[in-house]
Amino acid sequence: MRSTLVFTALAAALALGGCASPVPVKQAPVESKTATPVESGTAGANANGAGQNQVAAVQAPSESNAGPGPNVPKSIYFAFNSYTIESQYTPVLNANATYLMQHPQAHVQLQGNTDARGSREYNLALGQKRADAVMKALELLGVKPSQMEAISFGKEKPKALGDTEADYAENRRVDIVYQR
Amino acid sequence: MQRRRFVLGSLAAPLARGASVLAGVGVLAAPARAQFKVDVSGIGATQIPVGIGVFRDPDNCPQPIAGIVRADLTRSGLFAVSNLGGQTLTEQGPPNYAAWRAQNLEAAAGGSVTPAASGRWLIEFRLWDAVKQADLGGLALTVLPGDLRLAAHKISDYIYQKLTGQRGVFATRIAYISKAGPHNFALNIADSDGANPQYALRSREPLLSPAWSPNGQELAYVSFETGKPVVFVQNVRSGARRMVANFKGSNSAPAFSPDGGTLAVVLTLTGRSQIYLMPSSGGTPRQLMRSYSIDTEPVFSPDGQSLYFVSDRDGGPQIYKVTLDGSGVQRITYTGGYNVSPAVSPDGKTLAYISQQGNSYQLWSINLASNATQLLDDGSDCGHPSFAPNGQIVLYSAGGRGSEVLKTVSIDGRVRSTLSQAGVQVREPSWGPWTPDR
Repeated sequence: MRSTLVFTALAAALALGGCASPVPVKQAPVESKTATPVESGTAGANANGAGQNQVAAVQAPSESNAGPGPNVPKSIYFAFNSYTIESQYTPVLNANATYLMQHPQAHVQLQGNTDARGSREYNLALGQKRADAVMKALELLGVKPSQMEAISFGKEKPKALGDTEADYAENRRVDIVYQR
Repeated sequence: MQRRRFVLGSLAAPLARGASVLAGVGVLAAPARAQFKVDVSGIGATQIPVGIGVFRDPDNCPQPIAGIVRADLTRSGLFAVSNLGGQTLTEQGPPNYAAWRAQNLEAAAGGSVTPAASGRWLIEFRLWDAVKQADLGGLALTVLPGDLRLAAHKISDYIYQKLTGQRGVFATRIAYISKAGPHNFALNIADSDGANPQYALRSREPLLSPAWSPNGQELAYVSFETGKPVVFVQNVRSGARRMVANFKGSNSAPAFSPDGGTLAVVLTLTGRSQIYLMPSSGGTPRQLMRSYSIDTEPVFSPDGQSLYFVSDRDGGPQIYKVTLDGSGVQRITYTGGYNVSPAVSPDGKTLAYISQQGNSYQLWSINLASNATQLLDDGSDCGHPSFAPNGQIVLYSAGGRGSEVLKTVSIDGRVRSTLSQAGVQVREPSWGPWTPDR
């Protein structure tokens, strides 16, 4: 089985790169791992002795989540096609901002989500815009940017699986997820 | 090539119309995993009547070579395919021109499959022009058992090119994402007919946006395996993979430049989704242009001089073009309030894209010279179009959540096929390039 997973070293190239970029560039992590071999039988052609048709099957490692945050609401919902944080979520922002400022070691991922309609990549960008709005709001309340990362899942990880307007509304959401 | 062809509605039509072909049926080759069910509808404006005889092959040959060739040609919609009445015809002939003309055939092919050294198989085939009574040549291919289907597709490509004048795409491959459960995602590679699907990557977390390198050796894609969108590039043959974009925020929408040296990606280093260019081997990203909007879904023009992309700079998402120095932004789509997911034809003259009309996300194309648009699929939830390397077919996803399938449509909208897998959602297709061995 030839499914060895190799993360080749490109961080060195990143670090050595010039200053062409107008924004600071973070170094990509370097890992070296061996993948869990996928059961034989999923690679039928290899068993058949394929040459040009060979495809190596690789198992990606699972996501690992660090500890949960304090027991305060950690989701903010948005209207259709909107990135504006409604005033009803001010207490949510205040509570999370207070915790983050009192716990400088804490770090949150602000995970933007969208409803199921439209292009996957465009929804990824929409979710990012929502997450970025929450990040900027927390920043205005005094949270250090280094304690936050705004990311997007777009429509890829829906919490509500139906196709009703209530389901869509549930998925137009930013979750504040504590990572440490 | 001047040929007399049967027109739409001729006696040849029933052969193709509504034909349902179960791909990947090999008597001895037990399917390694779920196979695609392929349904074909429609036929080309003209169809070439061609006979593919029964090849002389031993019972233990794992793949029905002539059957795969017939299915390929039928699925294209451009041929009315017969099996010469079930008669065996090898590459040795003899060509029976009189009988073939009596059946109104324009061409006929025969072949054989023979065991060769080291577990390989020798596939020989020859094509004859029944009208001109001429030998159109053939192929002799020695392959491993796992490449028997590829050999059959090469025969189909040979016939397609000789009879239509266009290069075929049967021997190329497609990549796509499958979801078989909430935590069961895979990046897959299959033959262009959906047969022989193989896992390139399996993950518990979502995968999206696969994009082939121009040499067909690598796939770039977005993986959520680390807990957020990160862009990887993976060597298809070895499985070696590298994180090329894992910056703060989200990393997505990879696209290779035509020379393979540059990767366009979307990063969120400034908060907004913006397009960057970076070496495809990894390295420092360079922001292409600064906008105060969402800029995403970049794809290179075939000349490598510009990018098409999606932006909401004028309100809703529309498709734009920009030169590689970040200047000269030009809006391409004006009709409708939501136009996304551009795919460029290999000749650079046409874009396929998704347009929202009411509650439907439809597949459209636009002629970049005349700006004329054409509706290719009015289905409710089309996505992620991709051109075949000969520009004749668009591959895309269709159907809503829970029932996602892959579809193809010829660029004239006449010939359609649906590739579905029971219980598996298939999406985000990307048609691979021609390569020296395909």
